[in-house]
This record gives sequence, structure tokens and C-alpha cells, in this order.
Amino acid sequence: MADKGTGTADAVRPETPPGDGGAALVELRGAGKSYGNVRALHDVSLAVRPGRVTCVLGDNGAGKSTLIKIISGLHQHSEGELLVDGTAVRFSTPREALARGIATVYQDLATVPLMPVWRNFFLGSEMTRGPWPVRRLDIARMKRTADDELRNMGIVLDDLDRPIGTLSGGQRQSVAIARAVHFGARVLILDEPTAALGVKQSGVVLKYMAAARDRGLGVIFITHNPHHAYMVGDHFSVLRLGTLELSADRGEIGLEELTDHMAGGVELAALKHELAQVRGVDVQRLPEAEDLGSSAPASPEEAS
Amino acid sequence: MSTAGPAATAPPAPGPRTADGRTARRPLALRLLARPEVGVFLGAAAVFVFFLIAAPSVRSGGSMATVLYQSSTIGLMALPVALLMIGGEFDLSAGVAVITSALTASMLSYQLTVNVWAGVVVALVLSLAIGAFNGWMMVRTGLPSFLVTLGTFLILQGVNLAVTKLVTDNVATDDISDMDGFGQARKIFASSFDVGGVQVKITVVWWLVFAALATWVLLRTRYGNWVFAVGGDQDSARAVGVPVTFTKITLFMAVGFGAWFVGMHQLFSFNTVQSGEGVGQELIYIAAAVIGGCLLTGGHGSAIGPVFGAFMFGMVNQGIVYAGWNPDWFKAFLGVMLLGATLVNLWVRRTATRR
Repeated sequence: MADKGTGTADAVRPETPPGDGGAALVELRGAGKSYGNVRALHDVSLAVRPGRVTCVLGDNGAGKSTLIKIISGLHQHSEGELLVDGTAVRFSTPREALARGIATVYQDLATVPLMPVWRNFFLGSEMTRGPWPVRRLDIARMKRTADDELRNMGIVLDDLDRPIGTLSGGQRQSVAIARAVHFGARVLILDEPTAALGVKQSGVVLKYMAAARDRGLGVIFITHNPHHAYMVGDHFSVLRLGTLELSADRGEIGLEELTDHMAGGVELAALKHELAQVRGVDVQRLPEAEDLGSSAPASPEEAS
Repeated sequence: MSTAGPAATAPPAPGPRTADGRTARRPLALRLLARPEVGVFLGAAAVFVFFLIAAPSVRSGGSMATVLYQSSTIGLMALPVALLMIGGEFDLSAGVAVITSALTASMLSYQLTVNVWAGVVVALVLSLAIGAFNGWMMVRTGLPSFLVTLGTFLILQGVNLAVTKLVTDNVATDDISDMDGFGQARKIFASSFDVGGVQVKITVVWWLVFAALATWVLLRTRYGNWVFAVGGDQDSARAVGVPVTFTKITLFMAVGFGAWFVGMHQLFSFNTVQSGEGVGQELIYIAAAVIGGCLLTGGHGSAIGPVFGAFMFGMVNQGIVYAGWNPDWFKAFLGVMLLGATLVNLWVRRTATRR
């Protein structure tokens, strides 16, 4: 399965990411967030650069949602800094984040199922023409623009008038991504876009994610699937219990190691010693703690 | 899921398509059926033909005018109720709000002995305020509109009776037909005009004008886009920047406007208002909207569908009389129609949205 994953990865990602490096569009420096007594996120640093996919991995409750809520403006951080284009900011609404070019595509908050594709594409930012009392939708221009923009992303739909609910989950996500790109997003936050999708549909979404990256956007890909992350990711951050457990560039880490981290590798290694006391449990193939490159930042030498 | 229709790019998907990928439009018949007003149009045509055959007296111009008048009084309110339903909400107070508006205009003018237009304007403000209150309460509390407007329904029903009794010592308001401005207002809200020897009520014209306006707003303006969006998926709509609160409150206010208009019609055509009326009418409006192809849960429907829905109601209502049957059957007939229309809508939507 892992082999298959990496095989597809080569097809999706180019050998050298286009906008490699460049100044960070969005950066977190030692950021954290507490809800009353609960510390949901602590001392997390993360940089999103143009033309690169930054993957944020973590189990349920690891703080992934809190992280994107800070960047997308739904919540404010209570420690550390959030920098956009190098200057510290503090968003109070998602609209402010959007105005700075930070768009979020939520897994379930993407589209209105019964409305046609083109109406969904422009929902909330409709094109109009004519003076006020007779100001009306510029339907022809909207349909044309939506079609062009979707084709630019490599999405070809036969009929933009059909309800978007009749498209597959992956296509809906793709339309939402194309919409964010069209409306000037420089940073695209994708919240578990592949979580509810089948293998084929996930591939479709990953492809458009790569297309957005190739257009020079900084992409933040939230997921708990290391295989999906490794297919498109340039940088991997693993969150555990609200802190950064691992932060590594693609060159520094392999898929297996990433998977081990995601599977709670450090905990599993500790568990291994306990399980070894119990008869009938095969512990030979579980990783040792020292195999896992302790904690962030992981060094590849240790792992190999 | 794997048999998805238009696949994204290179991987060929099943189904007829060219390299362009744009050909797999659904057949014309299916696309027509997907329009919310087609089912009700066929239903209305069937009812019309049925009564043309069963009741010969329907065939005269005079009885057609009566049918249209009956339809227009339902249709004028069914329009905003349908828009509100597309926006995902109900208004159970729509029936009694009509009477509240008429009572306000009538009593205010009579008691203060002012021009009736003063009463008309105050009634408009009050009706819009009731709509805004319904919307605001619903948005603020997050309660279902069913509950909020059920409350308003009961409040208005009680206030109508109690205040009328208090002010006039009667269950009806005093006749205002000899007051200043009455003739003028009557011209606008309750006059008739001659078409080839047949007297047609002006409400029929208003009904069709408002229906055309509502259709244009719904399909051709940003606001219409927002109405579909807030009814279809409120959270998605909010996430992409649609002003959900504004849209919902203004939809409730549109119902208030409709209630005012119908209330003024009743006042100026009968000169007095019975304070206990209006109860039960809200369900007729909702039924006309549903028969007209509006989805009860919101997000789908049209403004022209409820026009045919209201016509069906008017036709059956008058047709039974013209056919010489016992009018007690009217409600039973309506119930059957409502169920039939709902089933047709359900079938149509499933057929049309199937991939």
C-alpha cells in the first residue's frame, strides 16, 4: 500500500517544486491557544511558502482544528505570533483573513448542494451589471468565467447548470479549491479534504491541490492520512496533544517514518515494552523509540 | 459513487462524452422536469380541464374572473411565503397577520378620524415590523421558525380579538367607507376593470405583477442567489460570505408586506374587518407553495410554481360550487391534491437529480 502510494506520488509531484523557498506568506512563531484551562495548542512554529504544500498531520484532538482556526481568523492565538508577509497580525473575523488572501476550504462547508455549479462558484461574490434598481446577475460572464477557471485547474464539467450535489465529493472539493484560487487566494487551507472520500476521489483532490501549488499558492493541507500527505507535501508537521512533535522537510523524512509518527509511534514504542511482557503479541515488527528520531526536528541520519 | 457522471479530466468515465467532456447534458425532458414549476403546471392544467368538463358554467368569462380573483387572494400571500420557504423557513403567523394589518389600518383611521392613508401607512410599518420581529427572534435565539412564528400566530390571534373588542366593543371594526381617501385606496387595492365585458379584480393584476417581480429577483439578482443559498445550506452560505441574517429577516419582512397588501385588499373591498378571521389561512398559503414545487426544507423552488398552486386552489374552490357539489368537499379535495403534488414533486426531483 505504501509502495502504491509513493508510486502515485511521483506522478503528482514534480521533482523540484516550482516556487521553492521564497519568503513565508504565513508564519506561526511559537503560537499557542488556550480555551480557559485547556491548552489546545502550545509553541507551534510553521511557515507557509508560495508554491509549496505544508502538511499538518495529527490524530483527532491533536490541535489541527485549532491551528487552522487561528490562521483562518475564526479564533485568535493567545501566545506567540502569527505573521502574514512578515508582519504580525491578529485576525478577528474570517473576512479579514480572506482579505489578506487566506482562504479556507472546509470539508463540509464547501457548497450548497441543490444550487447549480456556477451559482456555487460565485456564491457570496456574484458578478452583477446594471445600475441599482435593475442590478442583475451577469449570468453569461459568470458561467464563462467559472468554466475557464475550472478548466485552468484541469477540471472539465459537462454542464455547469446541474446541481453541485450531483457531483462526486472529490469534484465538489475541487470546485471549492478552484473557487478559492479564482478569488485571489494566496494561501489555501484545506481541512481534511480527503477524509470522507474514496481512493479515486482522493486522487482527484490531491491533483487539484498540486495544481493550486503549481500556480504559486501556499497550501496548508490538514490530514490524518500520511499517504495522502506524502504524495503532495513539501513539508510535514505532526501535531500531538497540542504540540509540534515533528517538523521536517520532504528530503529529511520518509513515508514510513512519517506513518510511524502519525500512528503515535513514540507511544507505540513505549507500549511495545509493555506488550512484550504479554505472551502471544508479536512485537518484533514494531519500531523502537530510537528509530523514530525522538522529536522535532527529526534528523534523517538517526532514522537511517 | 464510482459511476460519477462528468469526470474531472483524463480518466475516462462511463457515459457518452466527447473529448471535450461537455456533451453529457441530460436529455431535455429530464432538464424540464427538474424545474420546480413543471409538475404543478401539469397539475393545474389537469384540474382546469377537469372542471371545464364537469362544470359547464365554468366556461363563461365571468366565472373565470371569479376563479382568478379567488386564486389571486391566495396567490398574493403564497408568493412571499414561497420565497421564505425557499429560504428555509416557515411563517405560521401569515394568516392572522393579514387581519392584524387590516384591523390596524381600519381602527386607527376611524378612531383618530384621519385620512385612511395614515392608517394604511401605519399598518405597513406594523406588518414589516412583525416580519422583522419573527426573523430577528429566529436568528437571535436559533429556535426553529415553526416555534417562533407559532408564538407570533397565537399572540396576534389573541391581540386581534382583544384589542378590537376593547376599541370598538364589537368583534368587527366600524365601516370606514365614507372616510377621506377611501375611494382612492379602494382604486388601488380593491377595484375592478372591464375586459371584454367581464369585470376583473385588480388583485389579479397585482398578483401577476408581483409574481413576475419575485421571479426576476429570485433568478436574476444576488439577493435571489442568497435566498437559495440560505435555504439550501445556511452554514456553507455563511462561510462564503452570504449575509444570512439579513437575507432571512428580509424574507420574513416580505411576508409582512404580503400580509399588509392582502389585508388592505380585504379592508377596502368589505369596508369592515372581522377580527377572528385569518386562522387557518397560513396553512393554505404554505400548501400552495408546496404544491407549487417549493421544497419544504428549503433551497429549491420557484415563484411561478406557487402561482399555479394558488390557481389550483382557486379553481377547485370555485369549481366545486359551479359543478353544484357540496362545498364541504373542498378541504378533502385540497388534501388529496396536496398529497398528490408532493408525491409528484418527490418523483420529479429524484428523476431529475439522478446522476
